[in-house]
Amino acid sequence: MTLPLIIYRSLRQHALSTAITAGSIALACGLLMTVWMVKTQSQTAFTQTNAGFDAVLGARGSKLQLVLNAIFHLEASAGNLAFADYEAIKRHPAVKAAIPIAVGDNLRGYRLVGTVPELFQTVEYAPGKKYVMVEGGKIFGADAKEAVAGSFAAQRLGLKVGDTFHPFHGLAYDAKNEHADSYTLTGILAPTNTPADRVVWIPLRGLQTMNGHDPKAATDLSAVLVQLRTPAAGFMLDMMYNKQGNRLTLAYPVGAIIAELFSKISWFDQVLALVAYLVALVAAGSVLASIYNSMSARRRDLAILRALGARRRTIFGAVVAEAACIGALGAVAGYAVYFGLLVGVAGVIRTQTGVVLDVTARLPILWICPVAMIALCALGGVVPALKAYRTPVAETLAPLS
Amino acid sequence: MLAVTDLKKSFLAPDGERVDIVNVPAFALAAGEQVALRGESGSGKTTFLHLIAGILAADGGKVLLDGTEMTALGEARRDRLRAEKLGYIFQTFNLLQGYTVLENVVLGMSFGPRGADRAHAREMLERVGLGHRLDHFPAQLSTGQQQRVAVARALANRPKLVLADEPTGNLDRKHAGEALALIREVCREHGAALLLVSHDELVLGQFEGHRDFAEINQALKGVPR
Repeated sequence: MTLPLIIYRSLRQHALSTAITAGSIALACGLLMTVWMVKTQSQTAFTQTNAGFDAVLGARGSKLQLVLNAIFHLEASAGNLAFADYEAIKRHPAVKAAIPIAVGDNLRGYRLVGTVPELFQTVEYAPGKKYVMVEGGKIFGADAKEAVAGSFAAQRLGLKVGDTFHPFHGLAYDAKNEHADSYTLTGILAPTNTPADRVVWIPLRGLQTMNGHDPKAATDLSAVLVQLRTPAAGFMLDMMYNKQGNRLTLAYPVGAIIAELFSKISWFDQVLALVAYLVALVAAGSVLASIYNSMSARRRDLAILRALGARRRTIFGAVVAEAACIGALGAVAGYAVYFGLLVGVAGVIRTQTGVVLDVTARLPILWICPVAMIALCALGGVVPALKAYRTPVAETLAPLS
Repeated sequence: MLAVTDLKKSFLAPDGERVDIVNVPAFALAAGEQVALRGESGSGKTTFLHLIAGILAADGGKVLLDGTEMTALGEARRDRLRAEKLGYIFQTFNLLQGYTVLENVVLGMSFGPRGADRAHAREMLERVGLGHRLDHFPAQLSTGQQQRVAVARALANRPKLVLADEPTGNLDRKHAGEALALIREVCREHGAALLLVSHDELVLGQFEGHRDFAEINQALKGVPR
């Protein structure tokens, strides 16, 4: 009971510096865990997001842009492809399903995507999961001026089944660019936790023939989402479109293209990790400084303990253990910082991309970071502990004037 | 119980000269005996007690405490022996200000072989009349009460020898008399020997056979004071 009592009393006696130091450790620990989790989880979430498709066919250009545009509903379309190209790939024996999409309009900032009803009838956006309408809704008719809203878009736009709206031209919202066409919302999709939640879906033909669009491009598409019968088919189509052909681009496999993006920005990860490590070092340094600075105030107490029979190693251990305790307090509070930050960052990522991070995931970093932080703090306690170890008892106990 | 032979300690003065502080050829104390030493400030009596307690390492000589030669031990063993056999009452009490009265006594016991015994610590505090102040901090007590906590702490570990360095130096005459009576009484109850050093004639007068430290400490011979 001696050591816990000494540590507890010392922490209490220096409550303010304990709180400040533990707070800085909490911030460091929380930041480290958040950075790591967001990095890992977003990489996992983004590379696993494919909306149920193996490949995307689009105009000649960047595969990444194609995937971001067609799967994540980000970025502008690289260009259009002809309806005949869609029909050709749809007929290909290696292709299980092909869903055309067209983009170019928005509803108050939320992207309008033209597609065919089959997307909601036959496609599994994740293994074993098909799109489901919230009760009372139905899929739009292929030739009707009707729309289906993703759950997040519907919530943010305040849309209800039966509402009518006028789309706006372009991917960015500009109130002056309102189309004359009017659409009626026939359904709202149940949340899928995919980018589809941030989109308002309308019939392909509706988007192609929107009042004000170029009539010459009335049959053009932005991309074709492709499901393959076998993985080998992807390499065959890749050869056909990307290597032998020079008009179109096939982005395959979708996950690998996003992974490539992450590998291109891996230096950014390293910078983040470096910053996080530095923050951890600064936190350990603050423990060192905080205890070291309080040493002159506690020299007398340490000398009294020595005079009572405490051994040097007991005093050394007490100071190191106190530093570790400050680290532990900080680590525990770090979880609160971590959850707060993670929920906030995950919310922003969801709002911006529709990709949902699993905030409850238990990665090893969630125990490695606190344990490492406690160890670092204990290490930071070694310097003041050495000072305590060397406290001259007789000299320090000389009566105070 | 305590036998000191040829005990020597010197310090280096700022001018680089080595100054003898303690040179005690012989000094002994029997079990349960109570002895007071008269010593002026700067006479080396605190250093003498520190040497007996093993807080300071001697330059030469022997301190035999209850059959164990303190001066032959390394620092860690000296610490253990001190915790086991000695109680120390300081002039300034040296209570731990961040700890309650009870914790001060418990902590004093915890480095000894019997370990922290809260029930015994409570008993000791009740014995010195502080049973109602267990959860108070030293700063919340009067000087006399702080002295009593120091007495309880020194005796709580059932020591063989209690060293008291000017234990009443910070008390007024009335409280000094009471504190001294208490220290002697509690030492007697616990069968502990008492070695007290003081310059206060009133305190020294309470001891039948008090001795002059200057007679014992050869380092003081011929030194003008």
